[in-house]
Formats: sequence, structure tokens, C-alpha cells
Amino acid sequence: MNYTNTIKIATNALKRNKFRAVLTMLGIIIGVGSVIGMLSIGEGSKKSIREQISGMGSNMIFVMPGSQQRGGVMMGNSSAKSLTLNDIERLEKESQYLSAISPQVSSSGQVVAGNKNWPTSMTGANDKFLEIRKYELKDGRMFTENEINSLAKVCIVGKTVSDTIFGKGADPVGQTIRFSNIPFKIIGILKEKGQNSMGQDQDNMILAPYTTVQRRLLAITHIQTIVASAVSEEKSEQAIAEIKTILRKQHKLKEGDDDDFTVRSQAELIQTLSSVSDMLTMLLGAIAGISLLVGGIGIMNIMFVSVTERTREIGLRMAVGGRGMDILVQFLIEAVMLSVLGGIIGILLGFLISYVAANLLSFPFVVMTQAIALSFLVCSAIGIFFGWYPARKAANLNPIDAIRYE
Amino acid sequence: MNKTIIKVEQLRKDYYIGEVTVHALKRVDMEIREGDFVAIMGASGSGKSTMLNILGCLDKPTSGDYLLDGVNMGTLTKNQLAALRNNKLGFIFQSYNLLPRTTALENVELPLFYSTGIKPRERRERAMEALKKVGLAERFHHMPNQLSGGQQQRVAIARSLVNNPVVILADEATGNLDTRTSFEIMELLQELNSQGKTIVFVTHEPDIARFMTRNIIFRDGRIVKETEVTDRFDARELIKNLPVQDED
Repeated sequence: MNYTNTIKIATNALKRNKFRAVLTMLGIIIGVGSVIGMLSIGEGSKKSIREQISGMGSNMIFVMPGSQQRGGVMMGNSSAKSLTLNDIERLEKESQYLSAISPQVSSSGQVVAGNKNWPTSMTGANDKFLEIRKYELKDGRMFTENEINSLAKVCIVGKTVSDTIFGKGADPVGQTIRFSNIPFKIIGILKEKGQNSMGQDQDNMILAPYTTVQRRLLAITHIQTIVASAVSEEKSEQAIAEIKTILRKQHKLKEGDDDDFTVRSQAELIQTLSSVSDMLTMLLGAIAGISLLVGGIGIMNIMFVSVTERTREIGLRMAVGGRGMDILVQFLIEAVMLSVLGGIIGILLGFLISYVAANLLSFPFVVMTQAIALSFLVCSAIGIFFGWYPARKAANLNPIDAIRYE
Repeated sequence: MNKTIIKVEQLRKDYYIGEVTVHALKRVDMEIREGDFVAIMGASGSGKSTMLNILGCLDKPTSGDYLLDGVNMGTLTKNQLAALRNNKLGFIFQSYNLLPRTTALENVELPLFYSTGIKPRERRERAMEALKKVGLAERFHHMPNQLSGGQQQRVAIARSLVNNPVVILADEATGNLDTRTSFEIMELLQELNSQGKTIVFVTHEPDIARFMTRNIIFRDGRIVKETEVTDRFDARELIKNLPVQDED
């Protein structure tokens, strides 16, 4: 068979019915457009959640004291004192998958300077803290090992604290503030970090040596939380397992005993939140998929109408020498061209939807190549699948009946 | 004696409608030679349309032989029949059957799309040539709805000529046209016939049949009369004698 001719015939037939062709394609255009749009929006929101969470720290892992039993009575997590500085020492010595470890203790209270005051919390940590939590110094310096060892009353303030106490844009370095009636000398100020994904203001904090917070403010010897960075995101899980092994050894837990601590990683948090947005994406994608299916049925519908409407044309084509196969291929090509052309326009529409959505919702603009490839395949498949039946109907027409069809 | 183009022997065609058998053609013998201009006449149900369908290789006889240009069509497959229609037959229909929203030239090109080994340029040239023959060369880019009925039928005639068939089959080709236009179409067909084209023309109008050289009359599935036309109409003469009217 001469395919070039058949393709020409099919193109001519479509050109004769431009308006109808466009209407038919509309279903596919909207279907493909929404599939791509929805999937990109889903992917974009996932990526934005991911970025926000990773902004909280670099491959962060938290170790919190777990529930303890005392004579059969379960004690709440916060009261537990199971984490100590010894744990940190041991982790630092033995772990391979952690790049930085810091204790974390915090005390909330009122910060006072001059006639201003403001409720905030003071976080005690070591010098690795900035690296782990992705804070940066805007001005001044981090406290030194010496200052940690000597329980120095120095601190680094967040932007919110600095702004409210000293006024916007003021340089507080060198000033003294009082926190829980203890004077602290400000040695640095943190760069602004904004809200985290849970809406907490990450700049409303004061950072001080953990020893200072532990002894001078809280009068405790244990630590509340251990924060650490895994060497990489992929190594997070190994790092968690490693921490568990080391801490169980350190805490002399027997086999079968419950952990007296809990390990959580940023990666887990990302996974939890991503799984929510994954589900949303799937839901949106499924709805869009249905509209694509409806678009396909639209093509079948129009092809059927078109076969009936063009019965005489088909009869004529057969009378002048068109074989059943020629007719079948012609109608099939028409259907495939409609759906593929519709698919291409739909892909462009999908781009537009995702671009606009990305800008409106301030997501990253994600182009999902798989979604494009998939919807293109689906389009061609729809064309062939939904075009086949009407095409076969046309090809099986009896030329005598077809040519005299009124 | 001219070469035999169509030879039909003991041709029968039965239709089965439920339990009733309709004998549409009952042992028909017929011969059409090169250069003939034959009218097949008869009332509705006489079998003339069935005959035309079989002559046009659109339908197969129940029994009997049909040789078209020496080929026995009873032995051919569906696809071979399609090729035969493409190479050896030209059709003209009562309702023109042009493709809507398609230029005259493209309509004429249509049969060539289904022929093998014809390049686009040759296709175009041959279609133009056929349009020239029917006097519509300057209207090649017009759509059917921009043409009058007579002009549309001319385009259809051009389409039937384009593959240079051995015989042209016309089915009530003047049925939808007024007298004057009918005569103009007949003038064209007579001219083509005088150039050697074999034409089989199905009609129920005796007036139209008088433009042809031979009349075959069907009744109840049989040929009841076959006559040579002695007092043949000359279309050109008749048109001259028609009362003058406003042209469209």
C-alpha cells in the first residue's frame, strides 16, 4: 500500500473539517494538559516541601530521650534524662556516618535589654550547631571551645530577637542582654532564615554554649536532644541504625529491651510529608487521567459520526479503487493524527498550566519528562484504540450500500 | 468488428431476503464492444441497477461469467476487484458524489491516489488534463458548492476519465439535471464516445436513451429487447434548438 498517499488523503480529510477536528482534539488537549499540569503541580509542591525541610538543616538526625519505665510506670518522653554528654562523646568517637554532632538544650524565657523585653528561647549547643541546622552568621563570631568549657555568658541572637529588642537593622554585637536574669554578651547575629514548613519563626532564638544553658539556666547534667548531620542524605538510614547500635551499647540495653531514646531523621520527615503530596498528586493525576479517557471517547465518538456521515465518501473511494485496507488505514491515521496533534497541543497547555501554577503558588517549575512521554504514548494509544473500531466499521462497509447511502 | 470489452454469459444474481429468494437477474447474456455507447433501460426492479453493480465490480454474480477486458472477474479477490475498478472502470453517479470542501482538481485526482506508482506531479497533470476535456480547466480550484449541478457532473466525468478506463459506467447521470444541462452532459459524453470511449449508461428515460448507439431493455431480470438506435439524437443540434434562457 502507498502510505504517503493514505497519509495525504487523511490529512486532506482532516483539513476539510478543521472545526470538527479542533473540537475533537479539545478533549485530548484538555486531558493531556491537565495530566501534565497536575503531575507537575504535585511534583512541584513535593519539591518545595523538600526544599523547605532540607533548609531546616543538612541531613539532620535528632536523638530524643525515649520513654522510660520506672517500676512499671511509663514516664513521658520529656522527663527522660537518658541522653548524656557521654553519649555524644561516644557517638563522635565511633560513628562513621555522622559528619557533625551537637547536644541541644533549650530554655524558654524573657529576654530583656534596656526597656524592651521579648519572649524567646535560648538554645544551648556546641560550635557544630550552625553547620547542622544550616544557620549562618551575619555578623560577629561563633563561640569558641574555650567559651563552651568555661560556661561563658555569651550568645548569638536571631534576627527577630535583635529586631524587637534593638530595633530593625541595628547591630547588636557587643551589647548585653539579660535572659532569665543572667546577663549575656552578644557576640554574633544570625542571618535571617524565615519560617520553617510548620510555620515556626526560625529567627526567634538565642544561641549559647550548651554548657551555659545546661548549668546556669536549667541546672541539669543530661541533654535534651542530640542533633547530628549524616554524611549524606542517602546515608541517613545507615546513620540512624548506627546511632541506635552505639547508644544501645552505651546505655547497656539488653537484647529485647526497648530503646530508651528515639531517633528521627529529616529524611523521614521529608518522606512523611512527601507521601502526603504524592497521594495528592496521584489523586489529581487520576482525575486528569479520567478526563484524558473522556477525551479519547470523544475521538471515538466523532470518528463514528464521521464514518456514518461520510458513508457515501467511503463508498465512492471504494468504487474508484480504494480497498478495505486503504479505508481502514485512512480512518486510523485520521484518529491517530487527531490524538497526537491534540497531545502535542495538550503538552504545551500542560507546560503553561504548570508554569502559571508554579508562579502563583511559588513552587519550583518542574517539567516532568516522564509525564510528557507517558501522555504522548497514551495519546497515540488512544488514537489507535478508539480509532480502530470506527475505522474497521468503515472498511467493512459494502461499497454498493455505501455509495447509495442517503 | 470492434474488440469485446464486456462479455456476460448466463449471469444470475439472487438476493436472499429472509426466506424469500429474489431473482434479480435470470441468465442474462450481454456483450459490449469497444466504442459502444449503450443505454441500459428498464423500470425500477427490472434488474438494471443490479446489472450495473456487477458490471462495476461492486457486486458478484450468483452464477455465470463476467469478462471485463478479457479478465473473468469471478476469479478475483476483493482487493483485485478494487484494483480492477481503479484501472479499468470509471463511475458517474446520479448525485455526482464529489467530496465536499475539496477542490475540483483534488476530486478528479482521487482515483489516482489509489493507483500505484503515480507521482504527485503526474497525478496533478493528469487531473488537469481530464478537467480540460470536460471544459472546466479554469475552475480547477473551485469547491463543489461553488459549481452548478452540470459543472459538478462534469467534474465527476473528469474523475471517471482520469485513470483512462476501458469503460465508463454512468448511473442515471442526468437524473438530477434540467433538460438543457442534461443535453450538455450528453453532448460531452457523445464527444467522448466519438473519441472512442466505451460508455454504459443506465437510465429510465427513453429520451435520454436516444443519445446512445444501442439500447438494452431489462424487465424482470431479463433482457427483453435490444435495439440499435437509428434516429439518434445529436446533443449539439438539440441544444441549438432549445429556447434561449438565462444562463446561470
